Amino acid sequence: MGPIGENEFFFLMQGLKWTVLLAIVGFIGGGIFGILIALLRTSKTKVARRITAGYIGVFQGTPLLMQLFVVYYGVALLGIEVNAWIAVAIAFTLHASAFLGEIWRGSIEAVPKGQTEAANALGLHYVSRMKDVILPQALKISMPATIGFLVQLIKGTSLAAIVGFIELTRAGQIISNQTYRPLLVFGIVGAIYFIICWPLSHAGSGLEKRMAKAAR
Amino acid sequence: MTYTFDFGAVLDRAPELLWGSLGTLGLALAGMLLALVIGILGVVARTSKSEITRTPVIVFVEVVRNTPFLVQIFFIYFALPLMGIRLNPTVTAIIALGFNGGAYAIEIIRGGVESVSRGQIEAGFALGLHKADVFRLIVLKPALRAIYPSLTSQFIMLTLTTSVCTSIAAYELTSAAQRIESDTFRSFEVYFTVTAIYLVISTLMMGLFALISRHYFNYPTR
Repeated sequence: MGPIGENEFFFLMQGLKWTVLLAIVGFIGGGIFGILIALLRTSKTKVARRITAGYIGVFQGTPLLMQLFVVYYGVALLGIEVNAWIAVAIAFTLHASAFLGEIWRGSIEAVPKGQTEAANALGLHYVSRMKDVILPQALKISMPATIGFLVQLIKGTSLAAIVGFIELTRAGQIISNQTYRPLLVFGIVGAIYFIICWPLSHAGSGLEKRMAKAAR
Repeated sequence: MTYTFDFGAVLDRAPELLWGSLGTLGLALAGMLLALVIGILGVVARTSKSEITRTPVIVFVEVVRNTPFLVQIFFIYFALPLMGIRLNPTVTAIIALGFNGGAYAIEIIRGGVESVSRGQIEAGFALGLHKADVFRLIVLKPALRAIYPSLTSQFIMLTLTTSVCTSIAAYELTSAAQRIESDTFRSFEVYFTVTAIYLVISTLMMGLFALISRHYFNYPTR
C-alpha cells in the first residue's frame, strides 16, 4: 500500500479541473443548442416539432455511456483529428441540449397562454414575444429542473473515465491502482463530487419549495 | 470519406448481443426489485418518530443522489471483499444498482405516502370498510397511482444506468459490445448497433409501463 500524499492529491485536483471544465462546456454548449431545441419543439411547424421530439427521445432513451462511445468513434470517422477532449465535449453538449431542450419545452408551455395572446395583441413579432415575454418567465419556472440537470451532468462527466478521458474518477482509478487503497481514494473522490453537487441540489430543491409556496 | 461501414461483422455476433441484452434486462429487473425493497424499508425508517432511524436514511439518500454511480459501483466493488464478502461482478452490480435506485425510490415513495389524504381514510372507516380494505383501496392504490409516473421513469433510467456496470465487467450488453469491439475493431458499428438496442429496450419498457397504467389506474379521480 502506498500513501496518499501531496502528489496524489494534486493529481486528483488536476482531474477535478477537467471534470469542472467538461461540465461547464457541456452545460453552456447544451444550453445554447437546448434553447434552439426547445423553440423548435414548441414551434408551429409540425416537421420541426417531430424532428426535435425524435432527437430528445433518442438521447433520453439511450445510456449516456453509449452516446459517449458513438460520438467518440463517430467524430473519428468524419476524418477530423480526434482530440479526446473535443470528442467528449461534443458528446456532453449534444446530451445536455436534448435534456435541457425538453426541460425548457415544458417551462415554455407552462407560461400561461394569456401571455402569448397579450404579446400578439400588442403586435409583438415572434422574436420579441419570445425574448421579452415568454422566455424570461419560462427561465424562472425551469430553474429547479435546470439545476437538477446540472447536477446530473456533473455526475455524468464521470463516464468520460470509461472512454479513457482523465477526469476526476479516472484520476481516482489511476491513484487507486498505484496505491492499492481503493476505499480511501474512491471515498475522497466521492466526497469531492458531493461537495460540488450537494449545495446545487439543495439550492434547486429550496427554490422549488419556495416557488410552490408562492404559487399557492 | 473513405471509411466503409461494415455492420456485417457486428451482426455475425448477434447471439452475443442477444445474451447481453438479456443480461441487461436481468440486471435491470433485479436492480429494480432491490431498489423497491430498499425504497419501502427506507420510507418506513424515514417517516419513523425516532431520529436514530431517520438520520441515516437522510444521509444515505443525499450521498447517493449527489455522487456518480460509477464511483458508487467502484466503492462497493472494492468494499465488499474487504468485508469478507466475495461475489461475482454481476451480483455486485445488482447490489450497486439496487442501492442507487433505492435512494431515488425512497424520495419518490415518501412523496406518495405523504399525498394520501387523512380525510379519505376516515371516510373509509365511516363507511364501515374493513381495515385491510381501507389500506388497499384508499391508501395503497392512490399512493401507487401518485408515484407511478416518477417511479417508472426512474426504473427506465436505472435500466440505462446498467451500461455503467461494464466497468466492473458485469455480464450485460455494454460489456458484450466491448468484447465484440476488441475482436472486430468495428467500434462505431458496434456501439451504434448497441445504442439502437438500448433504444428498443427503453421504448418497449415505456410502452409496457403505459399499458399497465392504463389497465390498472384507469379510474376517474373526481
